[in-house]
Amino acid sequence: MNWMAWTGVTATFFSVIGCILIFMTILEIKSPTLEKKGFLPIATTRGDKLFISLISAAYIHLGFLALVDTVLWVALCISVLWSAVVFRWG
Amino acid sequence: MQRKVRDNKAWFLVLPVFILVAFSAIVPIMTVVNYSVQDIFDQNTAYFVGAEWYREMLRNPALLDSLGRQFFFSFSVLAIEVPLGIAIALVMPTKGRMAAVSLILVAIPLLIPWNVVGTIWQIFSRADIGLFGYAVNALGIDYNYTSDPTAAWLTVLLMDVWHWTPLIALLCYSGLRAIPEAFYQAARIDRASKWAIFRHIQLPRLKSVLVIGVLLRFMDSFMIYTEPFVLTGGGPGNSTTFLSQALTQMAIGQFDIGPAAAFSLIYYLIVLLVCYAFFTAINQLDKAK
Repeated sequence: MNWMAWTGVTATFFSVIGCILIFMTILEIKSPTLEKKGFLPIATTRGDKLFISLISAAYIHLGFLALVDTVLWVALCISVLWSAVVFRWG
Repeated sequence: MQRKVRDNKAWFLVLPVFILVAFSAIVPIMTVVNYSVQDIFDQNTAYFVGAEWYREMLRNPALLDSLGRQFFFSFSVLAIEVPLGIAIALVMPTKGRMAAVSLILVAIPLLIPWNVVGTIWQIFSRADIGLFGYAVNALGIDYNYTSDPTAAWLTVLLMDVWHWTPLIALLCYSGLRAIPEAFYQAARIDRASKWAIFRHIQLPRLKSVLVIGVLLRFMDSFMIYTEPFVLTGGGPGNSTTFLSQALTQMAIGQFDIGPAAAFSLIYYLIVLLVCYAFFTAINQLDKAK
């Protein structure tokens, strides 16, 4: 695995993503999702909401990196809040 | 409302594809993410730099210019190729031998490899020996794509339009052929004009193929590399240096693996977002049907 140049931070990042995917898969088996229409312009499933949350988080972080010089914890907090809003009302 | 899924065993059938994708896409992307947070000197020497490369790339004027150029190029390509492709599909013969002949003629540019297209247009547009370049100069227009950025841009655009409009035309042609004759008969009974037939029958029925055509053309033009690289080499100056070329120069030319990895992930996120938007649009259209 040395050729993949792993670091602690990236390993943690992918582990968290992997855990989320496993959790969502188990949840889907236990309780299959239904499409719902919230404030987002399309009807979404739980998987759609996860994808929207993750891609939004990526863009929020990129926005912070491009425009602001503060630490990325602020971007992370905003991303988590936004994800919660998407999952609850999206 | 969707019906509840009671048996999820079919998901095991996806497992081989998942393993294949893991090796061909997921592992390479993970590696790129790992590279993007490190300053790589050689296989055994790398220093963790956090999000520094991302910050540097997002504030790099040359790369932001390339990004702007790329968006402008993709939107220009769509603005020209989509209406032109529809127009060509509308005038193409539908019956008889000419239908087959026109289909073959329209499809020819699609069969030519990218680097050959670049070479063809490089020679074709030269002011001294190229038919197109010579003819334009003979008309009194000062045209030299090797020294004039506007001429270089127009040549790259023209080349892409020549290469890829047939794709839109063929997609629209197939969409038009799928419209039942009864629709046209009803329009004739109502004495609908050609424009009314196009506006109310043909265009709505072309929506699905057009969404796919726009998606394909956007993605392809957004990742364009070979044709402009062969035709202009990104010049004059950096006027036709698009994202892929800027990225290749950084990763292979300068061997700046960390910054190149960070920028390729930003590039990937843009492509991913656009893909998702189109995927959603296609799904919505299918549901509307």
